[in-house]
Amino acid sequence: MIQVPETRISPPQQRHELQSAAAQQIDSASPKASEIRNFLLHRGNSALADRWFHVLMLLCALSIFGIVLLIAGELTIGSSLSWGQFGFNFFFKTYFDPNTHLPMYWDPVNGHFSALPFVYGTLVSSFLSLLIAVPLAIGVAVFLTEMCPGVLRGPLAFLTELLAAIPSIIYGLWAVFVLVPLLRVYVNPLLTGSLGWTGLFSGDNPTGLGFVSAAVILAIMILPIISSLTREVMIAVPHSQREAVLALGATRWEMIRMGVLRNARIGIVGAVILGLGRALGETMAVTMVIGNTPEIHRSLLANGASMASVIANEYAEATSNLHRIARTVIGLALFVVTILVNAVARLLVWAVTRGAPARSR
Amino acid sequence: MKLETNTTRARFRAITDNAVTLLAVLATVLVIAPLVAIFAYLIYRGYSSLSLDFFTRIPKPVGEKGGGMANAIVGSGILLALASVIGVPIGIGGGIFLAEFGRGTKLANSIRFTADVLNGVPSIVMGVAAYALIVSPHVRYLPILGHFSAFSGGVALGIMMIPTVCRTTEEMLLMVPHAVREAALGLGVPNWRSVLSITVRTASPGIITGCMLAFARVAGETAPLIFTALGNSFWSTSLNEPIAALPLQIYVYAISPYDEWHKLAWAGALVLIVLIVLAVSLVRYVTSRGVLKGAS
Amino acid sequence: MGVGIEVINLNAWYGANHTLQDINLNIPANHATALIGPSGCGKSTFVRCLNRMHETNPIARVTGTVRIGDLDIYEDAKPVEIRRRVGMVFQRPNPFPTMSIYDNVASGLKLNGFRNRHALDAIVERSLKDSALWDEVKDDLKKKSGASLSGGQQQRLCIARALAVDPEVLLMDEPASALDPVSTSKIEDLIFQLKSQYTIVIVTHNMQQAARVAEKTGFFLNGRMVEFDSTHKIFTNPSDKRTEDYITGRFG
Repeated sequence: MIQVPETRISPPQQRHELQSAAAQQIDSASPKASEIRNFLLHRGNSALADRWFHVLMLLCALSIFGIVLLIAGELTIGSSLSWGQFGFNFFFKTYFDPNTHLPMYWDPVNGHFSALPFVYGTLVSSFLSLLIAVPLAIGVAVFLTEMCPGVLRGPLAFLTELLAAIPSIIYGLWAVFVLVPLLRVYVNPLLTGSLGWTGLFSGDNPTGLGFVSAAVILAIMILPIISSLTREVMIAVPHSQREAVLALGATRWEMIRMGVLRNARIGIVGAVILGLGRALGETMAVTMVIGNTPEIHRSLLANGASMASVIANEYAEATSNLHRIARTVIGLALFVVTILVNAVARLLVWAVTRGAPARSR
Repeated sequence: MKLETNTTRARFRAITDNAVTLLAVLATVLVIAPLVAIFAYLIYRGYSSLSLDFFTRIPKPVGEKGGGMANAIVGSGILLALASVIGVPIGIGGGIFLAEFGRGTKLANSIRFTADVLNGVPSIVMGVAAYALIVSPHVRYLPILGHFSAFSGGVALGIMMIPTVCRTTEEMLLMVPHAVREAALGLGVPNWRSVLSITVRTASPGIITGCMLAFARVAGETAPLIFTALGNSFWSTSLNEPIAALPLQIYVYAISPYDEWHKLAWAGALVLIVLIVLAVSLVRYVTSRGVLKGAS
Repeated sequence: MGVGIEVINLNAWYGANHTLQDINLNIPANHATALIGPSGCGKSTFVRCLNRMHETNPIARVTGTVRIGDLDIYEDAKPVEIRRRVGMVFQRPNPFPTMSIYDNVASGLKLNGFRNRHALDAIVERSLKDSALWDEVKDDLKKKSGASLSGGQQQRLCIARALAVDPEVLLMDEPASALDPVSTSKIEDLIFQLKSQYTIVIVTHNMQQAARVAEKTGFFLNGRMVEFDSTHKIFTNPSDKRTEDYITGRFG
């Protein structure tokens, strides 16, 4: 049996003194206890206020759905007026100039509209930019998570974040005045000289604008999002996976390849697709450097146009109803594609980071 | 024999390891390089073009020297204020719902997912939608509808803020320890009061920085303003008229053929980026310091 | 003044987990009652049923009757009203981190709409004196945040906060388990002083503590209340074999 200290159960004298001192203070210094109690008793239970608050917050949250429906609805109504006139062919049709018999796609004057060159331009510039950005982004992520000395990690992560915060218009400005001249003078002749025989880099465009310029600036712009998400999924890979591979005597690269990249690959694919989503819809910088010519050329150095750039570029010129509708249809297509791309990407990233310690809060 | 092949292989592995390290470092340098280049050039061109006139004058007609972007700066301020009035309360409300009421429910999960997806929708699409909703000549229910206006631009930017603010608010609220909520409920404080005065207040530094991040993001948006606010080379502070905005003005000047205007574009870009970098650094500072210092 | 608590056929669940089974008990007014038992035995769930904090968890469920004074808390009132009359002190000190010491103590009244500043000053002072914290903090009441205090001071601040709304009952869920021995003894002294004015229910896994502060003790095991009697009886001559095994350290 446990020894019960008898003295503690009936408290020592000193405690009684304390207690009565406290009781005295209460009597003299403060409003009567029952006053507070009465006040609180008559405050009601706020059940109504609580319910209204709940409903209000719910409405705010539902506004997210509302926005998606609103965009989808507005764009559908805006484009359905003459969907019959365009049809799905809108995205594939080629017209031919009656005089020159050259292919043409976008002729507001004669009312000919085909989105083919814009679809082409968007796809080419986006995939080209992924080609440049993905290896770099993964390299940065690997460096930051696995190799970087702790002192550098914070500032470097901050710099890549900063890259993401620069507005599109400033990238465009820089591209027009710095990047494009640079490419025109140094890089494009090199590409033409070495790879000109493929026809992909024929050098008859003196402006320096075109798909390559657009892809380079796009690559710079989507790098931060790909690398930061890649970093996130790599951090989410449990430490035990790394240790397991290291314990087999692997070098650091083998550990990264087998222990980290292999486990994170679904998430990395998600990050890349998310980058693709950004590239597909990127507007201002692309508009400023792609050349805005609704044509399809084999050469990547030629001028082109993208879906986003044609919308932005012809804002003032869209005078005819048909022209405006054509623009809305392209907007709708862009919306649907980016929604799908982003949804897939999010699901892939979630599949990896869900339940992972780094993000579990 | 066996050992020998092993050493060759070991050397190969070591070389690969070093090569990969080198490549990763190279990639990082390549990524940082454009950032440095952009900032260096921006500061160089922008600073030399900045003057007092830039902040106090409105644009001069083509061919005349001087002029500034006072109207664009004020216009951006008005657009952003309107955007914040729309985006911040709705976004915070949505975040409160996700963190405090819907935790773990299917509804909350789908809202969270939709918000993330919405974040990736190009801003130009938001512009086209806002055009169809507010600006298009078919819309004539109210006198403020049916034409280009500051109002339409503010609404487009405000809608863009909602998903970002909503998600950061949620994440910040989830960081508030459960014990703090319990303490408030244990005192008999009504739920709405406990959420607003205790949970949201505890997370407020984080929520404010989240709002600033969303603010910084829409501050540089150009595409949604093209069809809504339109731009204006004169003084206008009316919500019912087209209004100038810093990014729009930079765009117009950048694609113009005049050197004088290019200078103004650089100056505008510098002002814009300084504002944004300040916001991002502040966010970084506050979040690294620990949003909920002292709470355990 | 405190009031007694009458518990009749109380059952509680977390999801499918039946955490409390058929609890019947009378807690006397103006005394300290200790609840002991191994972890997971349901003693914390039990006190959380006394101010309806249990149901803040969406998967939780309760049946049965709890009467505090003459109020049937599951029939006659909303949780918000109950919790104003039944104060609670939690296992880990949880002052509001963004509030000053003063605001922490005043929070229960302020957040419920009490506006009389003059009275508030007096109540804050009284509550801090009652929780034996006044002398340590009186100089920077409004300057220092509640989170800047030491762990033991934070817990006494939480007690002051609970006292400020002048409850009839004070529930304490292992109030000293996260504290050092010196702070623990301060809290125990406090309980001694407070029980003349409030009915105190204290959950503890420390049997010595129960013996030191409580007149009555209940022993919980696997969601049931095995024995409820005077502390002296429980610790010297328990009637149930399981109680005896527990307090002599044979398990748990």
